[in-house]
Amino acid sequence: MNASPNHPSGVSVQVIGLRKNFAGQEVLKGIDFTVQPGEIFVIMGPSGSGKSVLLKHLIGLEPPDAGEILINGEPIQSPDTASKYRMALVFQSGALLNSLTVGENVGLYLSEHQLKPPEEIARIVAEMLADVGLKGTEDKMPNELSGGMKKRAAIARALVIEPQLILYDEPTSELDPLSSVLIGEEILHLQQRIHVTSLVVSHDRDLAFGIADRIAVINEGRIITIGTPDEVKRYDDPMVKKFLHADFKPDP
Amino acid sequence: MFENVGEIVLLFWRTLLSLPLAWRQRQKIYDQFFEIGNASLLMVCVLSFFIGAVIALQTGPVLVERGLASAVGGIVGISLAKELAPVMMAILIAGRIGSAMAAEIGSMCVYQEVDALRTMNINPVHYLVLPRLVAIAVALPLLVVFAILVGWLGGAVVAETNTHIAVPFQAFWANLRDVVELKDVVNGVFKSFCFAMIIGVVSCHQGLATIGGPRGIGRSVTKAVVNSIVLIVIFDYVLTRVLIK
Repeated sequence: MNASPNHPSGVSVQVIGLRKNFAGQEVLKGIDFTVQPGEIFVIMGPSGSGKSVLLKHLIGLEPPDAGEILINGEPIQSPDTASKYRMALVFQSGALLNSLTVGENVGLYLSEHQLKPPEEIARIVAEMLADVGLKGTEDKMPNELSGGMKKRAAIARALVIEPQLILYDEPTSELDPLSSVLIGEEILHLQQRIHVTSLVVSHDRDLAFGIADRIAVINEGRIITIGTPDEVKRYDDPMVKKFLHADFKPDP
Repeated sequence: MFENVGEIVLLFWRTLLSLPLAWRQRQKIYDQFFEIGNASLLMVCVLSFFIGAVIALQTGPVLVERGLASAVGGIVGISLAKELAPVMMAILIAGRIGSAMAAEIGSMCVYQEVDALRTMNINPVHYLVLPRLVAIAVALPLLVVFAILVGWLGGAVVAETNTHIAVPFQAFWANLRDVVELKDVVNGVFKSFCFAMIIGVVSCHQGLATIGGPRGIGRSVTKAVVNSIVLIVIFDYVLTRVLIK
């Protein structure tokens, strides 16, 4: 794909028969799905269902035992694919480097690969931080930021890559409702602005139904259903219904 | 320890292959170098002064009894230059710096910072291992030269001031200059360079192999220090055997 770096467009993601074992325990039991370019695809499921392991496969951090993942038809494990397509992962914890300032974290990709001169990097970092509502935090250390700010800084770090595919791991976990809404709006805003393909792993129902073009529900390493938010809501499966309608009901 | 030898050798090889990138990482190398020097210089001075002093104290009275008082300088000089300064400083640095390297990289692994580097196409070997290995490979030999000089001074002070030895300063240095050759110091410094490689690569390997939470970091730190010291002692014998020819 020869997208201009200034106007990146999303890539397609195809997962075919993905399987993974850890110490004899099968965590992914044959996952198949396709994400269209520019789509927001949300993978939902209870804790321990294999969502985060799936995400690590999608960015190439884990090799599959069987099956394959194709980015625009090319296998993710190939070194050529990694250098050809720009992909970013926003970690659940943010995973900012604690020894660097927020500004250095956001500009790390550009400075390490020596893609721009320092003044240009400083300008881009300031712009990206302003884009995610963190103007003026360049010189702060990550431990001076709140959980929501860390996640937004991690999004800014991902944006610097000008990604064609962004993966979000539980982007709203540990956040208050207001911060969760801001993160959701940010994901939507990015899709509209740069047409990036977004793959979100979450068990936040409000976020999933608020931003997704399509939702996949995963349980015990298998995809239960894939569809638009309305289709998933209507899907007649006890596990899916239980997961989507689980609520705390105190005894009267 | 030995089940990881293959991985350690592979990490060392990958780091050597990335040496052409050292100039690009010069700021990180300088930071690590400063950290090692800053953290260790005072301890190196204290330790080596007293090592020199205690060798003089142990050997001096025995030599004086046998009419060999003038040999104190040579014994302190050669034992520090060839053996004690390189080995003791390497053990000190393994405890002080090796543990810090394993802890820092280990916590980066546990908190997914290393994964974050990989997702940005930044090779952790280039970013984390190379600067540490280059910095320690330069810093430890320099610290050993410093330790040898301070250790000799400690020996000389004790030889002169202890009433059971009472070898004058000038006599101590004259004998030391007679016995110790430049190649003895060079051998000691070469040994310390090899020990620096061992500490750097073993500690970084343990850091990168960290799994689990804070307990995993603790395990990595302990293994980094213990494995480094064991390998230092083994390699000390091998290097001595090779260099003694």
